Amino acid sequence: MALLETQALTANYGDFQALFGVDITLERGETVAIIGANGAGKTTLMRSLSGVLQNAPEQIQHKGTPVGALPADTIMKRGIAMVPEGRRLFRSLSVEENLVIGGQHKGGADFGDRLDSLIARITGAPDPALLAGGHDGQGYWTLDTIYELFPILRERRHTPGTALSGGQQQMVAIGRALMSNPDVLLCDEISLGLAPVVIKDIYAALPKIKETGASVIVVEQDIGQAMRVADRVYCMMEGRVTLSGRSSEISREAIHEAYFGATA
Amino acid sequence: MIWVDTIIQGILLGGLYALFAAGLSLVFGIMRLVNLAHGDLIILASYLILILVTATGMNPFVAAIVAAPVLFALGWLLQRFVLNRTLGDDILPPLLVTFGLSIVLQNALLEGFSADSQRISLGALETASVSVGSLSFGVIPLLTFASAIGVILGLNQLFYRTGIGRAFRATSDDATTASLMGIRPNRVFATATGIAMIVVTISALYLGTRANFDPSIGPARLIYAFEAVIIGGLGSLWGTLAGGVIIGVAQTLGAAINPEWQILAGHVAFLVVLLVRPRGLFPRGND
Repeated sequence: MALLETQALTANYGDFQALFGVDITLERGETVAIIGANGAGKTTLMRSLSGVLQNAPEQIQHKGTPVGALPADTIMKRGIAMVPEGRRLFRSLSVEENLVIGGQHKGGADFGDRLDSLIARITGAPDPALLAGGHDGQGYWTLDTIYELFPILRERRHTPGTALSGGQQQMVAIGRALMSNPDVLLCDEISLGLAPVVIKDIYAALPKIKETGASVIVVEQDIGQAMRVADRVYCMMEGRVTLSGRSSEISREAIHEAYFGATA
Repeated sequence: MIWVDTIIQGILLGGLYALFAAGLSLVFGIMRLVNLAHGDLIILASYLILILVTATGMNPFVAAIVAAPVLFALGWLLQRFVLNRTLGDDILPPLLVTFGLSIVLQNALLEGFSADSQRISLGALETASVSVGSLSFGVIPLLTFASAIGVILGLNQLFYRTGIGRAFRATSDDATTASLMGIRPNRVFATATGIAMIVVTISALYLGTRANFDPSIGPARLIYAFEAVIIGGLGSLWGTLAGGVIIGVAQTLGAAINPEWQILAGHVAFLVVLLVRPRGLFPRGND
């Protein structure tokens, strides 16, 4: 059973269909890269996986449980954490508070979930709390271990999150997602808008993240970067997967064709 | 000396307006929801305290403590099952629904309690006063002002020292990203409205003990609350205290010059602040 997989995943924004039957899998311990041009559907895929967009339940399976229709907060409590595109730090929160909030609601049903599940039983709606199981949120990542991974954040922990440089903000966004000790980490365009040397620093953290037990899906526009970090690559175009395979086995020509839809 | 006394009375009256405004500001700050029924909810809370006092003979302060959890639950349910459905990109639905709620509440109270004006009696405390030199302060106005400061201090502690406060701020910044942190925005909103209703209960206690009230006076309290919030700067809690004090002082000064000018002077002060500082005295950077 794959850790996370999509089966014929479709997604719509109103009348506009953004995904047309996408199949991807993530096995335990893997890093998978999703590459593709702008508008290929990469971010839509990530929004679906993280629960920001809701899909048919069986189109996304986490540890064999259909989770496609669950809301983002329940997905997160199941152990799927997201580093959103553009970092999206909370501007009213300090660096440390941004990190803390990432781990504040981790792991299983809380009081609100239990209350909701009671309401659901009365109204006959699907029970959100029952579906939230599967993860206890315990593990390696705490404030201290995040500060070990990104020491600069300790120095700046009382600064408003949005006052940091782009690279430091990305570190906070990654740390914030790790604070829930996820078993799946979704990273959407983490190198976007950053200087190459900063991107290198950010990706240097990836081996440590994997070592602690998280499997990773990265969305990347930089093909070279994606091929270096990922075990397997999916290339998307116009809402479909046009190429997939082990990154060591895919030729540049094949990627070029899958990426642009034509041979060079 | 009479002017010093007048200004101090105005400042103390400002505490009441700040209490009206704090609940409104709390809800607006977190979910950008303008609750037009806020004044009527205060009146509803006053009636609840009145019922508890007349039915059981308990002290009004005790009655307010008993009423607070009931009103918290009412606010939670109202937000969870009615107001959350109106939130979205369009600001009109929440305005229309809370306006409707205001009318429903006024008429339900009229039906239940008639148009007779009522008052919650505090006995000897009503006329008790403290003298400092030649000045004399009513104990109730002093308590009102102290409660306003207490409420604002408490809300600030809640916002900046607790997990739920962190969730409030995060959800207010970006509800979608907050949901990626395991936060269900609708639940956060329900809790926030519940807490606002506790502030409403405290406002109702002082409203009902300081002056007469009847089912129709809610909208006027809403106006004062609005003015205090806007003078202070949207979403700023200490700003609501400043706003309340400015309206309170303007009203008492106006009344001292000519009793007919009391209400007018408050509104004029509001207009002047709006002209000079359209974003209020302490605007939040990101609004």
